[in-house]
Amino acid sequence: MLTVLFDGIASGALLFLLAIGLSITLGIMNFTNLAHGAFAMLGGYLTVVMLNRWGISFFYCLPVAFLAPALAGVILERAFYSRLYDADPLDQVLFTIGLVFASIATASYLMGAQHQIIQVPHFLQGQIHVFSGFDMGTYRLFLLAFCGVITLLLHLVLMRTRFGSRLRAAVDNGRIARGLGINVNRLFAVTFGVGSGLAGLAGALGIEILNLDPVFPVKFLVYFLIVVAVGGTGTVGGPLAAALILGIFDVAGKYYVSQIGAFVIYAVMVAMLIWRPQGLFGKKAVR
Amino acid sequence: MGSIPKAAPATDSGDIKFKAEAEYLRAKASWRPYELVFWLLPIAAYFLLPKQLVLLSRVAVMGLFALSLDLILGYAGIISLGHAAFFGLGGYTAGLLAQHGFGEPISGLVMGALAAGILGFATSFLVMRGSDLTRLMVTLGICLMLMEAANKMRWLTGGADGLQGIAVSPILGVWTFDLFGRTAYIYSMAVLFLVFLLIRRVIRSPYGLALRGIKENQRRMQALGTPVTRRLVVAYTIGAALAGLAGALLTQTTQFVSLDVLSFDKSAEVLLMVTLGGAGTLYGGIIGGLALIVAQYLLSGISPEYWQFWVGIAFIALVFLARGGLVGLAQKGVAALSRGRGARAASQGG
Amino acid sequence: MIARISLIALVVAVVFGACMPATVFAQTPLKVGLILPMTGPMASTGKQVVAAVKLYVAEHGDVVAGRKIEVLLRDDANAAETTKRYAQELVTNDHAEILAGFGLTPLAFAAAPIATAAKVPMIIMSAGTFVIPQKSPYIIRTSFTLPQNTAPIAVWAAKHGIKKVFTLVADYAPGIDSETTFKAVFTANGGQIVGEARVPVQNPDYAPFVQKAKDSKPDALFIFVPSGEGAAVMKQYAERGLAKAGIKLIGPGDVTDDDILDSMGDAAIGTITSMDYSAAHASPENKAYVAAFEKANPGMRPNFMSVGGWDGMALIYEVLKKTNGSAEGDKFLAAAKGLSWMSPRGKITIDPNTRDIIQDEYIREVKRVNGHLWNVEFDHLPAVPPDGKF
Repeated sequence: MLTVLFDGIASGALLFLLAIGLSITLGIMNFTNLAHGAFAMLGGYLTVVMLNRWGISFFYCLPVAFLAPALAGVILERAFYSRLYDADPLDQVLFTIGLVFASIATASYLMGAQHQIIQVPHFLQGQIHVFSGFDMGTYRLFLLAFCGVITLLLHLVLMRTRFGSRLRAAVDNGRIARGLGINVNRLFAVTFGVGSGLAGLAGALGIEILNLDPVFPVKFLVYFLIVVAVGGTGTVGGPLAAALILGIFDVAGKYYVSQIGAFVIYAVMVAMLIWRPQGLFGKKAVR
Repeated sequence: MGSIPKAAPATDSGDIKFKAEAEYLRAKASWRPYELVFWLLPIAAYFLLPKQLVLLSRVAVMGLFALSLDLILGYAGIISLGHAAFFGLGGYTAGLLAQHGFGEPISGLVMGALAAGILGFATSFLVMRGSDLTRLMVTLGICLMLMEAANKMRWLTGGADGLQGIAVSPILGVWTFDLFGRTAYIYSMAVLFLVFLLIRRVIRSPYGLALRGIKENQRRMQALGTPVTRRLVVAYTIGAALAGLAGALLTQTTQFVSLDVLSFDKSAEVLLMVTLGGAGTLYGGIIGGLALIVAQYLLSGISPEYWQFWVGIAFIALVFLARGGLVGLAQKGVAALSRGRGARAASQGG
Repeated sequence: MIARISLIALVVAVVFGACMPATVFAQTPLKVGLILPMTGPMASTGKQVVAAVKLYVAEHGDVVAGRKIEVLLRDDANAAETTKRYAQELVTNDHAEILAGFGLTPLAFAAAPIATAAKVPMIIMSAGTFVIPQKSPYIIRTSFTLPQNTAPIAVWAAKHGIKKVFTLVADYAPGIDSETTFKAVFTANGGQIVGEARVPVQNPDYAPFVQKAKDSKPDALFIFVPSGEGAAVMKQYAERGLAKAGIKLIGPGDVTDDDILDSMGDAAIGTITSMDYSAAHASPENKAYVAAFEKANPGMRPNFMSVGGWDGMALIYEVLKKTNGSAEGDKFLAAAKGLSWMSPRGKITIDPNTRDIIQDEYIREVKRVNGHLWNVEFDHLPAVPPDGKF
C-alpha cells in the first residue's frame, strides 16, 4: 500500500514539474498553451539522442533538456505567442494545436513512432527495500528529491526575489503592473522560457516512467490541463497539491480498481471543477 | 446585402417595434446565388466523381458534425473540447440498435440524436459555470469519461475492437447500402442538407439573433432581460443532438463503430474543421470539413506518414494570415473585388 | 552465346505474347491492396511487414504466372474506419484483386465485410485473434493466432515448477484471447492463477499493474502486450525487482519482440516465451532470410510480423501458380486450402477447414549471444493448430 502511495507521489511530483510552466503561463498571460507538452517532448527526445547516440552521461543531459526548450520557448513566444495574447481564444487554441501537430509529425519523422528506451545510470536503477510491503524505486526517489529541490527554488524565486514579486504582480493585475513600469513583455518572455524549460526537464526525467513517443503532447495534455484547472494559476502550491492528488489517485485507482482505471481521475476532475470552478487554490485573474 | 426592405404600412405601435427585426430576418433568410451553387455541387459530384463517393460521404458526415459544433461555438460562443462525446454516443446508439436487429436507418438517426441531446441537456449546466478553461476541461473530461466507460464496457460496446455485426436495413425499405457507397452518399448528403436547412432557419430566427447577441456581449444581453442561461442550454442541447445525429449517420454509412468516435482526437478534429472554415458563418463547418478531409486524403497519398506536419503548419499560417477561416478569406476576397469595382466605377463616373 | 539464347527467348516470348488473344486475363497486372498501420503506435508492425513484402518481391521477381504483381500500400494509421474505407476504395476504384495486411484485429474486423461483398481474398499478415477467419469466407491467415502462441508456454510453465501465475494483458481482443487460452491451459495442467489485470490499450501505464503482480507473490508473471510495448513492461519488471523476488517473466513472444529486443537491456535476459518465429531460428532458410532482410534494411532485425508478410506473399505466389494467374475469390481460396511450404520459421500449412495457419511453435529464452540479445530456441512443438490444442 505504501509502495502505491510512494509511486503516486513520485508520479505527482513529475506531473507537477511538467505542468507548472503551463500554470504560470496561463496565469500571467491568460493564454492556454495546448502545445506545452511539445516542449516536454523536446527535452525528452534531446536526452534520448544525447544519451543513446552520443553517449553523454544522463546528468549532463538534464541541463540541456532544460536550456534547449527554454530557448525555443523564448523564441516562439517573441515570434508568435505574443501576437496572440489579445486574440480570440479560438485562435489561440487553433495556433497551439497546429504547433502540436507539427511537433508530433517532426518527432515521428526524426525519431520514429516507437516508445523510446534509455538506460539510466546504474545506481539509479532498482529498488530500496525499506520494510516488507514497502519498496521505493531508486529512480522515483531521485525524481522526488529533484522535484522537491526545484519546487523549493521556484517558491524562493517567486517569494523572495524582485523578479518573483514582479511576476506575481503581473499575474494579479497586468494593467497596473505595466502602469508601475514593470516591463511586462520581458517578464512574459522569460517566464514562458522558464516554464518551457521546466517542461523539457520534466520530459527528460519522465522518459523512464512515462513512455516517450511522438504523441506525448496529446497523451498528457489532459493531465497538464487537469493540474492547472484544479490547482489554479499564479501559485506554486496549488498546482503542486493538484498534481500530487492526481498522481496518487491515478496510481491508486489503477492498482485497486483497475477495472475502472483512468475513469477515476476524470470523474474526480469534473467533480472538483463543478464544486470549485476556479480551481482549488486559484483566484480569479484580472487582466 | 439583400434588397432594401419595403416600408411597412402603418399599424398600431406594437407592430412597428418588431417590423424592422422581421424585415431584417426575412432579408437574411433569402437564398443567395452562391448558396444555390454550393448545394448543386454534391449533385454534380455524384456524376463527376463516382469513385470518390465513399470519401465524400465521410465529408458529409463530418460536415454535419462540424455544423453542430458551429452552432455551439460560432453562434453561442462555447468552446468545447469534448464535442465528440455526443458524436460517439449517437454513433454507438445507432450501432447497438442495428446490432440487435433494429436496423432501420431513419429511426436509428432519431434515436442517436435523442440520446446525445439528453446527454447534452444534462451536461449543459456544468458547462455554463466557470471560465473558458474550466469549460474546456469539463467538456474534455466528460468526453474522456464516456470513452473510458465505452472501453471498459466491452460486453456492450466491443471495447477497443469496436462493435461487430452492424446490419443496416435498406432506407425506407427500398435503397440498400451498396459496396460502391452510392446509397450512403445520397443518404448522408440528404441528411446534411435537411439539417442545414434546420440550422439555417434557427440562426435566422429571433432566437438566433439572441444567441449571437449573447456571444458578443453576455452581460448586455442579461441587462436587456434575455434569459441567457436558458438560451445557451437550448443551443448546447441542439448542438449535442445534431452531433449525435452525425455520429449515427457515420455508423450507418460505414457499418462500423469503435472507440475513436469518442476520442479527444475527434473533438480536436471537428474543432479544427470549424475554425478552418470559419466559425459562425454557417457554411464554415462544412467547408472546413471538406478542406481538411480532402487535404488528409491528398497529402497522405503523397507522404503517408507526415501529412500531419503540413496541416499543423497550415493552421498556424491560417491563424496569422487568415483569421475567420476560409470563408473569412473568401468574404475578404469578394469585398476586395467589389471595392475595386466600386472604385473603378467611381473613377469612371467622374 | 548467352546473348543469342536471350534473343531467341525474347523472340519466342513476343511471338507467344502476340498469339495470345487480347482478352486473356493473365496479362493484366494483379493489384494487391496492402493496408497496414504505417504511422501511429503500431507503425513498427507496418514497417516490418512492408519490408518483408518488398524483400520477397525483390528476391522472387514481380511476375507470377504471367501476371505482374503491383502492391498498393495504404496507411490506415490504426483507425478501423480508415481501413474499411481503403479496403472499399481499393476494391472498387483500383480494382485490387487481393487484400492483404491488417496490423490489428479491429482493422481486420472492419475490412472483412468488404472482402465478402466483393469476393476478394483477404490475407491476414499480422493480426492474431482467433476468430478473425470466421468473419469472412475469403480470409486466409499467414501470421499466427494467440492461442497458438500461448498454449505452449502455458504447458511448459506448468511442467517446469511454476505453480502460481499472475496474468497481465492488454485490454483488447488478442490480449483477451491470450489470457483466456493461458488460464484454460495452465489450470488444466494443474496451475493456479493468483491474479489478473487488463491494461488499457491507449495510454498504457504498466507500473501499478506490475506492482500489483509483485504483491500477489506469484511464481511467474504472464504478459501479453502489443508488439512494441514490450520495452515498457520490461522496464517495470526490472525496476520493481521482480526477478530478484523470484518471479519469472513468461508469455507469448510479443513481449520480447525481435524488433526491439536488443535495446531492452539485461532486464530481458532469462525471459521465457513461446512463439512461431525467432530471428535466431537456426535453419538455412532463416539464416538467408535474416541476412537478406538486414542487408535491405540496415539496423532492422526481422520479427514475427515480418514473416507474416513474407509468407503472405509466398502464399499469393504459390496460389497464383496453381490457378494460372487467377485471383478470383473462390478459385484462390480453393487452391490455398491445404497449401504447405517451408517458411523462414519452419514448415507452415494452411488449414483447409479454418483457412488459418498451422505452424511449428518454439519455446525460447532470451540470451546474450555475441553481444546481442536473441530469443534462443530450446524446445520445439511441430504443427500446432490454430486453436492451440496440440
